[in-house]
Amino acid sequence: MFEAVSALQGASFNAGIAEVRELGLRGMITLRGDLTDKKLIKAVKGIAGRIPEPRTVALKDDDGAAWMSPDELLLMVPHADVLSTIETLNASLKGTHFLAANVSDARAVFEVFGPHAREVMAKLAPVDFSPDAFKMGMFRRSRLAQVPAAFWMNEEDAFTVVCFRSVAEYMFDLLSIAAQAGSEVDAL
Amino acid sequence: MSTRLKTAGRFTDGGAQLSFDFNGKKLKGVEGDTLASALLANDQMMVGRSFKYHRPRGIVASGGEEPNALFNMGYTNTFEPNQRATTTELFDGAKIGSQNHWPTLEFDVGALNTYISRFLPAGFYYKMFMYPRAFWKHVYEPFIRQSAGLGKAPRAEDRDPDTYEHFYFFADVMVVGGGIAGLQAAKAAALTGVKVLLVEQTAHWGGRAPVDGGEVDGLPADKYVDNLVAELSAMENVTMRTRLMGAGVYDHGYTLGYERLTDHAPDIVGPRHRLWRIRAGHIVTATGAIERPISFASNDIPGVMLASAVRDYAVNFGVSVGDRTVVVTNNDDAYRTAITLKGLGLDVPCIIDARAGGAGALAEEAKALGIRVENGKAISKVKGGKRVTGIVLCAQAGEGGVLEEIECDVVAMSGGWSPVVHLWSHCGGKLIWDDPQSHFRPDSERPPLGAKGEGFVSVAGSANGHLQLAELIGDAHGAGLDAGKATGGKPAKAAIPEGAPTSEHPVEPVWLMPQGAGIKLLSKAWLDYQNDVKVSDVQLAAQEGFESVEHAKRYTTLGMATDQGKLSNINGLAILSDALGQPIPQTGTTTFRPPYTPISMGAIGGEAKGKVFQPLRKTPLYEWSDNNGADWEPVGAWRRPFAYLQPGESVHDAVNREVKNTRENLGLLDASTLGKLVVKGPDAGKFLDMLYTNMMSTLKVGKCRYGLMCSENGFLIDDGVVARVDDETFLCHTTTGGAETIHGHMEEWLQTEWWDWNVYVANVTEQYAQIAVVGPNARKVLEKLGGMDVSKDALGFMEWADGTIGGFDARVYRISFSGELSYEIAVSAAQGLAFWEALHTAGEEFGAMPYGTETLHILRAEKGFIMIGDETDGTVIPQDLNLQWALSKKKEDYLGKRAHQRSHMADPERWKLVGLETVDKSVLPDGAYAVDEGVNANGQRNMFGRVTSTYYSANLERGIAMGLVKNGPDRMGEVIDFPKTDGTIIKAKIVNPVIYDKDGEKQNV
Repeated sequence: MFEAVSALQGASFNAGIAEVRELGLRGMITLRGDLTDKKLIKAVKGIAGRIPEPRTVALKDDDGAAWMSPDELLLMVPHADVLSTIETLNASLKGTHFLAANVSDARAVFEVFGPHAREVMAKLAPVDFSPDAFKMGMFRRSRLAQVPAAFWMNEEDAFTVVCFRSVAEYMFDLLSIAAQAGSEVDAL
Repeated sequence: MSTRLKTAGRFTDGGAQLSFDFNGKKLKGVEGDTLASALLANDQMMVGRSFKYHRPRGIVASGGEEPNALFNMGYTNTFEPNQRATTTELFDGAKIGSQNHWPTLEFDVGALNTYISRFLPAGFYYKMFMYPRAFWKHVYEPFIRQSAGLGKAPRAEDRDPDTYEHFYFFADVMVVGGGIAGLQAAKAAALTGVKVLLVEQTAHWGGRAPVDGGEVDGLPADKYVDNLVAELSAMENVTMRTRLMGAGVYDHGYTLGYERLTDHAPDIVGPRHRLWRIRAGHIVTATGAIERPISFASNDIPGVMLASAVRDYAVNFGVSVGDRTVVVTNNDDAYRTAITLKGLGLDVPCIIDARAGGAGALAEEAKALGIRVENGKAISKVKGGKRVTGIVLCAQAGEGGVLEEIECDVVAMSGGWSPVVHLWSHCGGKLIWDDPQSHFRPDSERPPLGAKGEGFVSVAGSANGHLQLAELIGDAHGAGLDAGKATGGKPAKAAIPEGAPTSEHPVEPVWLMPQGAGIKLLSKAWLDYQNDVKVSDVQLAAQEGFESVEHAKRYTTLGMATDQGKLSNINGLAILSDALGQPIPQTGTTTFRPPYTPISMGAIGGEAKGKVFQPLRKTPLYEWSDNNGADWEPVGAWRRPFAYLQPGESVHDAVNREVKNTRENLGLLDASTLGKLVVKGPDAGKFLDMLYTNMMSTLKVGKCRYGLMCSENGFLIDDGVVARVDDETFLCHTTTGGAETIHGHMEEWLQTEWWDWNVYVANVTEQYAQIAVVGPNARKVLEKLGGMDVSKDALGFMEWADGTIGGFDARVYRISFSGELSYEIAVSAAQGLAFWEALHTAGEEFGAMPYGTETLHILRAEKGFIMIGDETDGTVIPQDLNLQWALSKKKEDYLGKRAHQRSHMADPERWKLVGLETVDKSVLPDGAYAVDEGVNANGQRNMFGRVTSTYYSANLERGIAMGLVKNGPDRMGEVIDFPKTDGTIIKAKIVNPVIYDKDGEKQNV
């Protein structure tokens, strides 16, 4: 087995108003299906503890499930466990109409954290990041500047950002520029 | 002369000394100054030359409405033209230069235009430059381009070193304008508990109230403002920003705010401007009002200013514009200027009030101070050249007969006040004409409407036509309260503030001064300072039939300059109405468009500059390729290697080497960008049968099939290889550019048309690094790496298998886009680089070399394979490319089938694909047309074909090409002409497009 590497191999920026770093590879599975189907609910519960409500993410330790659309979830597991998880899904959902695809390596994952992390995000995504509006457990499938991205808070003022692997460098540069020194907004 | 007063200004009190550079002169200013106040403090009355006649112009206003004081600012890479002095805060070391003059501000050759002004009337350009026709291109246009524009454009080679950013913000209520009305409205809204954003374009809260005085709830206006600011600052649900202009209001409460972060102090670290992209539940515009100039002769001589501006410079900046100020007005407010100046010990020789009845209490106050007041009088003309030296007094009712000359160096004029209705109007708010106050104000019955039909903008204070503090403060309170309630706030019990009543006499409209001014005076009475439009120009436009205000605007250029006519519009349309003999509301206004004042291009672009100007998509092999000589080619947002250059090679050399090496040894291609879509479900086969023109449902598991996709109009949109993964699952390869669009295409059909079919699609393009291993040695290298059987028997042509190669989990497709023995191998993107390197190491003994997209193209063209985007351009159908074999006759339907039966699609005369072999072996230019005898109805040469792909083939040592030619397949062997742009002709023979290995023996070994 050859070592799998993430797009930017852990690049980080910490010379600004928030810190940005690329997180390593994360196991990710696109699961499409009927989110009210009993078998599917059971299978997802086994991973994330529950089915996430629309526009939220269900997190359990390192695993999780994020609501992507009325018939799509993004399942998150340790990178090494992806194939076995898909096998389990295939077995437990046998007979229902669904699709489980490994998209772990099609993604890059970043963390933006610090007291001004909300502002950094609010410079790039058309989302209300004020503490009253964007809370723990919320999940958005939106865009950051010119590329698609999904994000949520892993803890207060610490955002996890997921984008396509091909634009990892753009995303890192973008987040670093939005976090540049002296760019505090102090409005959220 | 204009100078700094002993009494400090509100904004400059205790400010540090600053120095700045104006046209090379070192001048001094004070912290808190604007450029305008600093220039006036240095007795710099003349600040620029007018656009058309190059007349000397001075500062007129003290805010965003200023038409004249525009400067070139900064130098080299920070240079910017047309910076408004009245809204630019002074900083130490500022470097500014005046505009639109040559050679100097003091002596300008262009000023000669003023002597020929009667030959440059409105519409001059339209009349003059019509004939002779040929003169436009060669004489007129170059001349106009020379003289067009006020400021200089920045140099093309300079790069702005500053950064900019956007910021998304959401509020229940947004209040635009931080004057007393905006503050009061924000407080009232905030008391209902909703989230409030209050923005102010200047650096200071309070607007005009602290200058104009008055009382609210028994407190002087400035004290009341201080209290409001303190209260709002303490409220957690209120966000307050100065130096942030509400620039535009758009649908659904979307509002743009333009924040200037470092303009006042360029040494501050961080972005220069920030564009706020705001969603507000409700918007309250408390944008105030702008004083109007009066149209009298020579009202553009430096020293003629708005009365409010003269007052502002004295009170806010401690600057006196002159020693002797004549005030001319049609309303009571201007008296405040006279009283203020007198109080500072300056001379006010006369207040000229055009109203026969004069003013109310303020007149008594002025008279008590010993100021002479002349009622029913007017200015016949202003005397002076580069600055005012005096005025000629006359009766307002007459034609300008001289009564007296009064010496002065400043004329403070006030033609009444116009509410700033721009933001109200941006999204469709309507106006009504308020006859008693002689201005347009927002019609509260017809606001801009939101998604539910509700008004989402309201207006407060003087912007709403309430010019008296006593009315204004209650109006603002009510507007704020209503906005809070409209956005879900709870009605709050708050006392309605009360302003002390004043007794002012009503304004009387004075659109022309004196009322009966003749043409000689009219042609020196300026309406639009920035675009040099006079009263006589507007009258001429009306006379020539430009009755619509929008037409008259464009004909005369009234209000078309960078200030968008903030001072001139109402005066201009009053003159137009008068000339047309109709009331002003019938003439109406021109359209108010955002932004309110110009905002920087940098702010609009935001962070998108330099390395994040545009996202670049990179495959896992990008860095390796970049380190190994890749000459990059943009393919959509991707960058793909066009060729890999070895030291000393040209691109052409590299391509030729790659082409030969791949045919003779082993080529490796990064094919990761190809789209990969998983299509799964019980109806997946049925679905793909509809999408592809050929049959996919019959494909066996483990097999691959090439397929074509057409739009419902029959045109080819994509092609690629489909692999059947299992009974319910297919993997569809798309072109690089098609990955997202075909994914969207599939989703659209599934969501809108075949929503009851059980099919799911997922785009897994980026999950895999896909590498094409191509050439006679392809199998050898895979066998050397080992792990799975890739022999002909185990993995035949157009088959695929999962397995491991050299320890990598891989899916191997035995497909070929080159005509060679070829495998496309998908491994996970995270292992892509390791696998690529393993192939190179193992392949070294077999002559492995990477190849780029150009080699890919040449190899496929030698085989006559079509490329979406080369052979197709959105107008090409499969039949044109002789792909009838891929159009299923068994299927009842598929996208494009019906369209192909339309008469034009079935026309046998359509241009069809052929190979083209140049007689002299040269390379045809891409896109060249094959020409016929004669010309068409447009006088163009008749054509019957065009080149779609053309390359130099190193294998064949000559140019090869494909093209679409009328009746092409029936004309094999015929030699046709392709003229080049240099006039020469290339002759090419029509041949079979498959040039290399016609029987396909090489790929099937």
